[in-house]
Amino acid sequence: MATLEQSAQGSDPAESGGGVRRRDFLNVGAVAFAGMGVVAVAFPLIQQMGPPADVLAQASTEVDISKIAAGQAIKTVWRKQPVFIRNLTPAEIQAANAVPLSELRDPQSLADRTKPGKTNWLITLGVCTHLGCVPLGTGEGENRGPFGGYFCPCHGSAYDTAARIRQGPAPKNLMVPEYEFLSDTTVRIG
Amino acid sequence: MSFAWAKPYEPKAPFMRWLDERLPLPRLAYGAVGGGYPVPRNLNYWWNFGVLAGLFLTVQIVTGIVLAMWYFSSADGAFNSVEHIMRDVNAGWAIRYIHMNGASFFFVVTYIHIFRGLFYGSYKAPRELVWMLGLVIYLLMMATAFMGYVLPWGQMSYWGAQVITGFFSAFPLVGEPIRVWLLGGYAPDQAALTRFFSLHYLLPFVIAAVVILHIWALHIPGSGNPTGVDVKDEKDTLPFHPFYTAKDGWAAAAFLTLFALFVYFAPNYLGHPDNYIPANPLATPAHIVPEWYFWPFYAILRAFTVDFILPAKLWGVLAMFSSILILFFLPWLDKSPVRSGSYRPVFKRFFWLLVIDVLILGYCGGAPATPFYVAVSQLAAAYYFAHFLIILPIVSSLERPLPLPDSISSSKLHGEKKEAAPAGISPRRGATAIVE
Repeated sequence: MATLEQSAQGSDPAESGGGVRRRDFLNVGAVAFAGMGVVAVAFPLIQQMGPPADVLAQASTEVDISKIAAGQAIKTVWRKQPVFIRNLTPAEIQAANAVPLSELRDPQSLADRTKPGKTNWLITLGVCTHLGCVPLGTGEGENRGPFGGYFCPCHGSAYDTAARIRQGPAPKNLMVPEYEFLSDTTVRIG
Repeated sequence: MSFAWAKPYEPKAPFMRWLDERLPLPRLAYGAVGGGYPVPRNLNYWWNFGVLAGLFLTVQIVTGIVLAMWYFSSADGAFNSVEHIMRDVNAGWAIRYIHMNGASFFFVVTYIHIFRGLFYGSYKAPRELVWMLGLVIYLLMMATAFMGYVLPWGQMSYWGAQVITGFFSAFPLVGEPIRVWLLGGYAPDQAALTRFFSLHYLLPFVIAAVVILHIWALHIPGSGNPTGVDVKDEKDTLPFHPFYTAKDGWAAAAFLTLFALFVYFAPNYLGHPDNYIPANPLATPAHIVPEWYFWPFYAILRAFTVDFILPAKLWGVLAMFSSILILFFLPWLDKSPVRSGSYRPVFKRFFWLLVIDVLILGYCGGAPATPFYVAVSQLAAAYYFAHFLIILPIVSSLERPLPLPDSISSSKLHGEKKEAAPAGISPRRGATAIVE
């Protein structure tokens, strides 16, 4: 009604010739409001796909390392992913420190990858940075590859005793997760 | 299909022309729910409920797909997976409450839609198949809702499954083997839960397919209208878009507001607290009733208490199924040529009596099975069948309907000349006659 009155009394000839009418405002308002509604509905439908609270609650794990002798390694689980904890022998530490950083694909020293005073404890994710397989080298007698660290059987990536990539398709060193020593025999990962 | 004056689809953008020549999907939409579908201009708000039912079907499918991403149909884990959705999954509580209450609202709008059809004679020629396909959708809805209610595997889920599948054991000889076959065991267990989940996921898509047939069949004669008079010319209709898209949009917003009140402020009002207790095959809840939308049928089921030739249990089951099957014969039970209840003074009264009767049945179905409520259910159930089998045929042959308007436009477009006249020079009687 208002629109009709407006155009009847309209002093502006543009009113009928493509100018902005009240009806246009209503259209834009209605469509914008409906658009907001669609966004409001889409948000939880997308958000629900993310990790739920119980998965987020598993974000840290505590491990007892008192039983790991020098030269041994264990596999543990953090966020449903394997974690390697390895007690390096002095020879392995020496081998890792002997490599010049300039030779490395992903240059990091052993000290960068361990905690001060605990350089014998190498804690990394057991997830190959190529395509996510679990490298060999933790278990007794497993193939540790040409550099004495870990060896991924999927595509032949070889890691050294600091779990740095030395050969094969993987682009990065095995990832070091956040962790801290709660005592000499306990670490909390995550 | 539709009327001669329906506007044909004319794509303007070059891409739309290109598409139209190859896959005329926009043309289909334009003719079905766009400017190309002429609709009687006099539809009232009761005509919004078909679109609302479609809206709630969509809500159920979308939230259901999400819930199925988190739910697992194991007898050990189903209950906990639902609690996990409620507590741990992001926005899981909202999605599940929307699904729970969405089922109730789907039935609310569908019941209003059905009673709209009953009052305005929407089941009459040439729309008999529209009506019957609608009843098929309704039956599928009931099956889907029942199986969905079993999935959380709470006490009401479990005993609901036990009781409903128990219906089949009422049939002599074949009954018990059929029940065991349906459950895949002697009582509801893993096999039943898994197959109910599978079918609960399947049936909504079957419903969607029958909805397409329902709309297709509707669009052959076009929508009915509150006068029940056929559309005669272009003056009687308006294009679906923008007129009815706007009106349906308004109704959707209004109904979703009501829906939100339930979802956010009373999410469990329409459910049963017992269903938050994990299923226990060794203890039945003290007061077991189905969801509210099944109450009228539950009352009919319980109304039969005396063996008469057949066992009472079988009579109850037969009556309950018949109460819906009888609706398939409605187009032939109501013989009146007048569609709209507005022009049928006697029918109109009996229509409202039927509404009250169904409400009474619903109340009795939700109440405990005491002798009083069973007696009321018996009377109300008898009246329900009498309405369709006795009252309707008699009324439709004896009733003298009111005179029908010549056309939709003559019933609705009146007095505009007077209303449109400038104030103060409203034409007098004689003048009007001359003008006209």
